[in-house]
Amino acid sequence: MEYFLELLIGGLTRGSIYALIALGYTMVYGIIELINFAHGEVYMIGAFTALIVASILSILGWNEIAILFIASVVAVVYSMAYGYTLEKVAYKPLRHAPRLSALISAIGMSLFLQNYVLLAQTSDFMPFPSLIPDLKFLEPIAYLVSTPEVVIIVTTTIVMVLLTFLIKFTRVGKAMRATAQDREMAMLVGVDVDRVISITFIVGSATAALGGVLIASHIGQINFYIGFIAGIKAFVAAVLGGIGSMPGAVLGSLVLGCAESFFTGFVSSDYEDVFAFVILVFILIFRPAGILGRSDTQKV
Amino acid sequence: MFALDEIKKSFLTSIWFMFLTFPIMVIRVNTVENIVQWRWERMFLIGIGSFFLSFIWRYLLKRKERGRKKADRGEVDRISWNRRIAREPRFYIPALIGVCGFVLAFPFIFSLYQTNIMITALIYVITGLGLNIVVGLAGLLDLGYVAFYAVGAYSYALLNYHFGLGFWAALPIGAGLGLIFGVLLGFPVLRLKGDYLAIVTLGFGEIIRLILENWNEFSFGPSGIANIPRPGFFGIEMSLQQATIYLYFVMIILALGTIFVVRRLQDSRIGRAWIALREDEVACQAMGIDKTRTKLSAFAMGATWAGMAGVVFAAKTTFINPASFTLWESITILCVVVLGGMGSVIGVIFGALTLILLPEYLRVFSEYRLLVFGAVLVVMMVFRPGGIVSQVRRTYQFKGTAPDKPNAEAVSPG
Repeated sequence: MEYFLELLIGGLTRGSIYALIALGYTMVYGIIELINFAHGEVYMIGAFTALIVASILSILGWNEIAILFIASVVAVVYSMAYGYTLEKVAYKPLRHAPRLSALISAIGMSLFLQNYVLLAQTSDFMPFPSLIPDLKFLEPIAYLVSTPEVVIIVTTTIVMVLLTFLIKFTRVGKAMRATAQDREMAMLVGVDVDRVISITFIVGSATAALGGVLIASHIGQINFYIGFIAGIKAFVAAVLGGIGSMPGAVLGSLVLGCAESFFTGFVSSDYEDVFAFVILVFILIFRPAGILGRSDTQKV
Repeated sequence: MFALDEIKKSFLTSIWFMFLTFPIMVIRVNTVENIVQWRWERMFLIGIGSFFLSFIWRYLLKRKERGRKKADRGEVDRISWNRRIAREPRFYIPALIGVCGFVLAFPFIFSLYQTNIMITALIYVITGLGLNIVVGLAGLLDLGYVAFYAVGAYSYALLNYHFGLGFWAALPIGAGLGLIFGVLLGFPVLRLKGDYLAIVTLGFGEIIRLILENWNEFSFGPSGIANIPRPGFFGIEMSLQQATIYLYFVMIILALGTIFVVRRLQDSRIGRAWIALREDEVACQAMGIDKTRTKLSAFAMGATWAGMAGVVFAAKTTFINPASFTLWESITILCVVVLGGMGSVIGVIFGALTLILLPEYLRVFSEYRLLVFGAVLVVMMVFRPGGIVSQVRRTYQFKGTAPDKPNAEAVSPG
C-alpha cells in the first residue's frame, strides 16, 4: 500500500510536469492546428536559463528562496521570448502554406534549437542545484512524499486555476476562444488574430518553462536533450486527453504520469519510453479524439 | 525614408536577438568549480549577424510575396534554367554522358576513402528516393522511416549470424521484411491525419530502436553485431579495395534501379493516385480512389527501399548497432528530400549528394551539421517549399487556335 501511494504521488508529480508542457501543445493546436514540435525545446531552454541564473546567484551567495524565485522569473521571461520569436520566424510565414510545410518547419526548429544549446553550452549532463527547500511540516510523511513533489503539484494547480481564469474571464481569453473556433470569423469581428496567436505561444512557453525549472530542480540534472522526450510525452498526454481541450490536457497528463509510474514500478523500467508510445498508438487507433475531445468532421 | 526605416527594423531585430541569445550564448557556468565564463565577443557577432540576416530575410519574404501575387494574377514565371536544360536534347545529352563517365571512373580516380563516402551518399540517394514516395508523392510525413532501414540492416546481420546467408540472398529478404513491416505498421496508423501520423511513426521508429537496444537475446543490445560480410561475387576473394569498388558499382546499379522504378511508379496509375491524395484527400476519395489502400501502398513502397538500403548499409559498415538508427537519421533523410525537392527524383539525388558530401568535405563544420540541417528545414519551408529542384505540376498546353482540333502536348516533369 505504501509502495502504491509512493508510486501514485510520483505519478502525479510527473503528470503535473507533463500538464505544464502539454498545455502549450494543446493551446497552440487549438488555435492554429499545428503541432509545435519545438515546444519541448522551449521547455529545455527555460531549464537551462534557470540553471545559468541560479548558478551565478549561488556563487554570489544569495539565499535559496530568492534564487528560486529570480531563476524562475528569468527562465519564464526568456522562454516567452523564445516562444514568441519561434512563432514569428518559423510559423508565421507559413500561415497559409500546407500543413506539412509548417510541420517540417517545426521539426527543423526543434533540431536547430537543440543543437544551438548543445554547441553554445555542453552536451554533458549539468547538475542543477536543488532550489526547493525542505518544508518542516512535511517531515512526518517524508518517507512518502518529498517537498519538491508537493511544490510541483501545488504550483501546477495554481497555474491551472490562473489559466482557466485567463481563458474564461478575460478579453484575451475570449479572443483566444473565438480564434480557436473560427479564425476568419474572429478576424471579421475585430480580433487581432496575429496578436492572439503570439499570446498563445507566449503563455504556453511560460508554463513550459515553469515546468522545466521545477522538474530540473527536482531531478537535479539537465542536458540539451531533455526537451525532446518530455515534449513527446507531453504531446502524448495532450492527445490522450483530447488535443485542443485544456482540461483534457491536464487529465491526460495525470493519467499518463500515473500509468507510467505504475508501469515502471510494477512491470519494468527498460521499456518506460516504449510504454508512452504504445499508449499513444492505441489511443489514436481506438479513440483519436481523446478522453475529453470532441471528434469533428473534416471540412471540405 | 525607406532605407532608414529598414535599418531601424534590422537594428531592432539585432538588439532582440542579442537579448534572446544572451544567457545561452554568452554565459557559461562550470557548476563543479563555480566559475562563470563570460563570452562577450559572441554577443557582438550575433548582433552583427542578425543585423544583416534580417535584411536578407525581409528581402526574401518580399520576393516570395511578389511571386505569389504574380501567380495569383495568372502570370507564369519564365521557365527556370534547370528546366530548360532538361528539355533541350543538345544540352542534356552531353551532360548525361559526362555524368555517366564521371560515375564510372569515380572509384578509379579517387581514393578508397572518397569511394566510401560516395557509397554512403548513394545509400542516402536510395533511402531518399524511398522516403520521397511517402513524403513527396503521397504527402505522408513519416518520421520513423529509419525503423525500416533498421529492419533491413538487422535482417541481414541476424540471418548472416544464424544461418550464414549471403548479401545477395539477404537483399530481397531485407526488402521483403521492410515491406511487411511497412504494411504491419502502416495498417493501424494510416487512418490518421497528417500530423498524428508524423508522431505515431516517430513513436514506432523509437519503439523499434528501444526494442533493439533492450532485447539482448535477439539483437545483442547496444553492443551491436560485428563482422558482417561484404557482398560477395561468385565466391571470389577480394581485397578491401576491390570489395569497396565492387560495392560502389552495386550501389550505382541499385540506385539506377531505384530511379527507374520510382519514375515509372510516378507515371503509373498508383503514382497519380498518390499525388492526388497529397493534394486533396476528400476530392480524391470522391474520384473513387481507395484512400487506405493507396496510402498503404505508398508506405509499403517506401519501407521496401529502406529495407534494401538497410541491407546495403550493414554490408558496407560490417558493423551495426541501434545507435545508427536514431530519429536524427530519419530527419536527415527527410532533410535530403526537402532540400532537393519533394516529389522530384533529380532533386532528391541532388539533395542527397549535397547534404552528405558537403559535411564530409567541410570537416571543420561537421559539428554544426545538425544545426544547419535544422535551419535548412525551416528556411526551405519558408522560402522555397518545393525544394531546390521543384517538381512542376504536370500540365497540358494547348497550342493552335482551332478549338475543334486542339493539339495537346504533354510536358513531362524533369
